Amino acid sequence: MLDNNQLLRFTTAGSVDDGKSTLIGRLLYDSKSIFEDQLQSIETTSKKKGHEGVDLALFTDGLRDEREQGITIDVAYRYFTTPKRKFIIADTPGHIQYTRNMVTGASTANVATILVDARHGVIEQTKRHAFIASLLNIPHVIVCVNKMDLVDFSEEVFNDIVSQFEEISSKMLIKDVRFIPMSALLGDNVVNKSENMSWYQGAPMLNMLETMHISSDVNKIDARFPVQTVLRPQNESYRDYRGYAGRIASGVFRVGDEVTVMPSGFTSVIKSINLNDQDLEEAFAPMSVAMTLEDDIDISRGDMIVRSNNKPEATQDLEVMLCWLNNSPAKPRAKYTIKHTSNDQKAMIKEVIYKIDINTLGRNEDDKDLKMNDISKVKIRTTKPLMIDDYRENRTTGSLILVDDDTNETVAAGMIV
Amino acid sequence: MSSSSKYYLNYLDELESEAIYVLREVWAQFQNPVILFSGGKDSIVVTHLAKKAFHPSKIPFALMHVDTGHNFPETIKFRDDIIKELGVNLIVGSVQESIDEGRVAEEKGKNATRNALQITTLLDAIEANKIDCAIGGGRRDEEKARAKERFFSHRDDFGQWDPKNQRPELWNIFNGKYFEGEHFRAFPISNWTEMDVWNYIKRENIAIPSLYFAHEREVVWRQDAWIPNSEFLVLEDHEEIVTKKIRFRTLGDITITGGIESDADTLEKIADEVSGMRQTERGNRSDDKRSESAMEDRKRQGYF
Repeated sequence: MLDNNQLLRFTTAGSVDDGKSTLIGRLLYDSKSIFEDQLQSIETTSKKKGHEGVDLALFTDGLRDEREQGITIDVAYRYFTTPKRKFIIADTPGHIQYTRNMVTGASTANVATILVDARHGVIEQTKRHAFIASLLNIPHVIVCVNKMDLVDFSEEVFNDIVSQFEEISSKMLIKDVRFIPMSALLGDNVVNKSENMSWYQGAPMLNMLETMHISSDVNKIDARFPVQTVLRPQNESYRDYRGYAGRIASGVFRVGDEVTVMPSGFTSVIKSINLNDQDLEEAFAPMSVAMTLEDDIDISRGDMIVRSNNKPEATQDLEVMLCWLNNSPAKPRAKYTIKHTSNDQKAMIKEVIYKIDINTLGRNEDDKDLKMNDISKVKIRTTKPLMIDDYRENRTTGSLILVDDDTNETVAAGMIV
Repeated sequence: MSSSSKYYLNYLDELESEAIYVLREVWAQFQNPVILFSGGKDSIVVTHLAKKAFHPSKIPFALMHVDTGHNFPETIKFRDDIIKELGVNLIVGSVQESIDEGRVAEEKGKNATRNALQITTLLDAIEANKIDCAIGGGRRDEEKARAKERFFSHRDDFGQWDPKNQRPELWNIFNGKYFEGEHFRAFPISNWTEMDVWNYIKRENIAIPSLYFAHEREVVWRQDAWIPNSEFLVLEDHEEIVTKKIRFRTLGDITITGGIESDADTLEKIADEVSGMRQTERGNRSDDKRSESAMEDRKRQGYF
């Protein structure tokens, strides 16, 4: 691999029937990312189950229960590399009862791939997947119109599905959407260009993933540096060193920049930016670095260093799109631990404004319960201010989770609006 | 950082940045974390990343080694050297002691290993040293059960993993909250593949045990791999010891780690060789060959 090769994370949502596992298997198989012993083990299991040929779908089922039941119940991560990029697939189940898994897989993705069965066109599930991609602000969406072999590779069918999708996506916030007619089973337009669909002028899926522009997916405008921990070495040569360690959430920081520490509001100037024993002139998201400042200010975990001319909002009142992740529903006016960047505070859900019907995408203002897989707009009040940005502008400083103090479980994921 | 004129990271820098972030989260969220150090390449890379994460402070974690007693001598020497160089504490959990104390019983038969016995020793050491987070070099690409592992992975008060009831992990927000008696495992290099590890070792010029480089060694052909001769090896009638030029792709117990024939004696050559491999690295580990879900079953009980 070359030194400037990038990492691309994509998510797949789909159910057993729409060929998602076959698509992933095909991508891995045709890009020669499946090892012989893995293939052998799949072959053995395929035979045991009485399948004809090799069932590539088996490759993506991880846990024993899943293999036995033939379903994917959790997010599974897959890896492959081509001469152009490294890829991470977050493979998630597609059924409505696994909305939380889809949301989880989508949270870090650059690209969402949405599978549509060419025979059925855009269905409720497609709408749901598009909505999740839009809600989680995934920068790119690829709609894979699969099983084209079962509709005689018809351009008309494909164009029809494109218009159906565009009709629903025009009401959502999806920045970049592309369409590929394919047959994952036969390998058309997955890795290799289809000979059956010469009318399709675009690239096969892998080529698209290898070349799409992702450098702008991370916000490089608003400089935000949540402090994870403070480095105070106990050795002679660094006696006065006080380094603020963290991962840049967004934007670019340069030595000499005037910065403000939030929430205290103290200002200073960046003295140095360090990565191990290197001194850097500048650093940008998502680099992990340590910073030193010209002035001795009291800074600890949970604080955020930002450029003085561009600050996030510091507030105790948040409006959030909240996805409930836990089996136990939300308790009315209960307190939760809210985790936002490196900051932990207590929080209370003050009001449920509406719940989204994930199939019709309509708003329900009467049903205010927050149950597993529900997506709702809520008002949250925190005990101390959080330094926030809109999730649309910043996926790091705009996201949060809620933890139930009685069970320590992560019960909800929120996107600040 | 290779260049600062562009505003994006290459894949290795991004993986490094993610791992450093995870290590710093561990330090911030737990009271007494340790690095599980086996002397294998993955735990060496994690240790190297910890060095970078906390520079110029020294690594704020002890290294913990679960010693089965069936070691490659080279691994133990490497471990002791690195402890000295880093100036950190070493905690050893001894499987032999667990056997002597009657906590576990040695397996019988020709394919007997101490692999599964490590679980008890590991959990005992975690409890005795009041460790609330054990950082491991596990990678999701290694094995299918590991593909669903979280960065911060909860263990109940019996040290068990419940793969069907894991905390969802979104964005880069990690929830390390636990109750008395429970602990966590953290996996900073979850998203790395074997190839990434080798490319990183090459780029950073990280020292690794000589066992990874091709060398002459006495071996016996067993279960499709070259098993090294050692004091623990019991030969079958049809087996014979030969000398081969081999190297190891992974390091585990000397009794179960199979070598491959190779001429790769530099990091360059190893990286080239690995990129052409058609077998997974754990394919040479007899501990994973026992059944389709061997790894999942051990992990549920508290394995690495």
